[in-house]
Amino acid sequence: MAVPYHRTTITRRQTLRLAAAGALGSVLPTRIAFGQTAKVRIGILLPYSGTYARLGNAITNAMELKFAELGGKLGGRDIELIKVDSEAAPPKATELTTKLINQEKVDILVGPVHSGVAMAMAKIAREEGTLTIVPNAGADQITGPLCAPNLFRTSFTNWQPGHPMGKVLLDEGKKNVVTCFWNYGAGQQSAEGFKDGFVPHGGTIVKEIGVPFPQVEFQAALTEIAALKPDAVYTFFAGGGAVKFVKDWHAAGLSGIELVGAGFLTEGVTEAQGEAAEGLRTTLHYADALDNPANLKFREAYLAKFGKEADVYAVQGYDAAELIHVGLEAVQGDTSAKADIIKAMEGAEFDSPRGPFKLSKAHNPVQNIYLRRVEKGVNTVIATAYEGLSDPAKGCKLL
Amino acid sequence: MDVTLFLLQTLNGIQHGLLLFLVASGLTIIFGIMGVINLAHGSFYMIGAYLALSLTQWTGSLFGAVLLGIPIAILLGLAIERLFIVHLYDRDHLQQVLLTFGLILIFNELQSIVWGDDPHSVPKPAMLAGSVPVTETLSYSTYRLFLSVVCLVVAGCLYLVIHRTRLGMRMRAGAYNAEMVRSLGIDTRRLFAVVFAIGVSLTALAGIIAAPDRSLYPGIGEQVLIISFVVVVIGGIGSVKGAFVGAILIGLADVYGQAYLHDFRGFASAAVYALMAAVLLWRPTGLFGRR
Repeated sequence: MAVPYHRTTITRRQTLRLAAAGALGSVLPTRIAFGQTAKVRIGILLPYSGTYARLGNAITNAMELKFAELGGKLGGRDIELIKVDSEAAPPKATELTTKLINQEKVDILVGPVHSGVAMAMAKIAREEGTLTIVPNAGADQITGPLCAPNLFRTSFTNWQPGHPMGKVLLDEGKKNVVTCFWNYGAGQQSAEGFKDGFVPHGGTIVKEIGVPFPQVEFQAALTEIAALKPDAVYTFFAGGGAVKFVKDWHAAGLSGIELVGAGFLTEGVTEAQGEAAEGLRTTLHYADALDNPANLKFREAYLAKFGKEADVYAVQGYDAAELIHVGLEAVQGDTSAKADIIKAMEGAEFDSPRGPFKLSKAHNPVQNIYLRRVEKGVNTVIATAYEGLSDPAKGCKLL
Repeated sequence: MDVTLFLLQTLNGIQHGLLLFLVASGLTIIFGIMGVINLAHGSFYMIGAYLALSLTQWTGSLFGAVLLGIPIAILLGLAIERLFIVHLYDRDHLQQVLLTFGLILIFNELQSIVWGDDPHSVPKPAMLAGSVPVTETLSYSTYRLFLSVVCLVVAGCLYLVIHRTRLGMRMRAGAYNAEMVRSLGIDTRRLFAVVFAIGVSLTALAGIIAAPDRSLYPGIGEQVLIISFVVVVIGGIGSVKGAFVGAILIGLADVYGQAYLHDFRGFASAAVYALMAAVLLWRPTGLFGRR
């Protein structure tokens, strides 16, 4: 339950000023494309309260950092961010998205974090044709059956991060694996991604254990895992649930069974997990310790500006802002030239803090997935588990 | 079915149930006995958990956090009762819902401002940090076993206080017919303030001692809120014994649901509510409720 606070940035004075400028514009014959002098309106629908608040804040911070680095302009126009708290509440998503598009008349929509919200948002964005960039929600459908020319994603599909883990385990002779995940869209799809990279190469899924989401009582699952004695357990948990799962796992002993997972298991939570997280291996499209110039520069700037370490969510927001930049630069800020913006964004290739960034035909990142290990609370990079992994985008008509 | 596994899962269910009882104990008093629908119950739990975080850092031990946290919770309870709840005793339940829902929003925002949105965890006391081996691959956390013992002690104390002491007698009488109690010369205003403060501090205590076993993040309060109401309603409003039995049943239903029903996707999470529906159909006032 969260507070809906709408941090809209338009004041009455600004509206008057805009109206006045508009009236003036219609009088002056030498007006140079009035649209270009107005601000680019970017609607941001992210959670600023509740469990996902830190994700929403990280994404917003990183976008603001990118825009500041660009001198506060996109294609020559000033930027106006209209931020709305999604509360990570799917029932409210339709209303809030419609409001941003129809009342606030945003040029571009960015959001959300929660896949349930994303599904509602994607449906409206498809109908309205508003340029939309998803900076986190990993629901496979968004760049699968729901994919659309105006719908982009700078994060991942739930299928992606765990996919290369199967190969990693098989190479070490770990053939019997239990999957254990929060039983909702993201958890199921993550387990599915792992399975797709594991079973075809000779691995066996001994059992799939779905824990009701967002429950954090794991004792039943751990007891069952102890009885099954698999070689390893692949997991999908995030945030507070990941903290508790890792601590419970540690307390449960479970010698001889390796805990691995999609990188969210140890993302932004290693401090709270403490020594229980030491040595855990996960796969993800980013790691704090990635040693490339873009990442070093990004992390330093982020830390300096916000006094906090950046994380994978911040990277996704940073890249969302860069993608908007690429699109609007190509049309000199003319947001009405939607087809050209889309074309430029589709062809975007740049050095992201996560490594080389480009998009698949379904508009989802084709990206490296890294094998990481927690050492002294930091996700260090052991290897690139898969270079340039693309989601199969089942059911996407853009392919 | 593997017998050892079944026994272990049963043990898990009982442990889970004991913890649920502890978490719901404050609600048993405020909602069950005073009859105030307190949606902010989860917030008091959350405050307890975050107090554990700050006070453990400050005093260096969880026991220090308990010693300091309880008085803080009592003061908080007294203040909230005097400022808000006191106006609601004679009013409609809907108004209690509205007010306490408003408190949730305020407390959540305060939590975000004071402690931030990052997940945290509270270190376990060193002497309870280990694990006890149960089978060759599985161990139980010592702290969790300690928690179970604490839950049993709290349950015993609560039962004794409510059913065997003068204060408990007045509490029950006050909830049943406040006017009559007043006419017998008992200051119900003070009585209710004390009862509410006890409820808040019990909830906060649950938050404090559950904190090292759990993790802290925005929204933990709401997670315990609904299940706490389920515990009190299944047990029968006003009955500590009922809440205890209800909590154990829910713990078992939840664990069995997860252990044996996860082939039916989605049903595992519904097991608890299916149990509640069944109990209420059978006994509309709960297992030990007044008829």
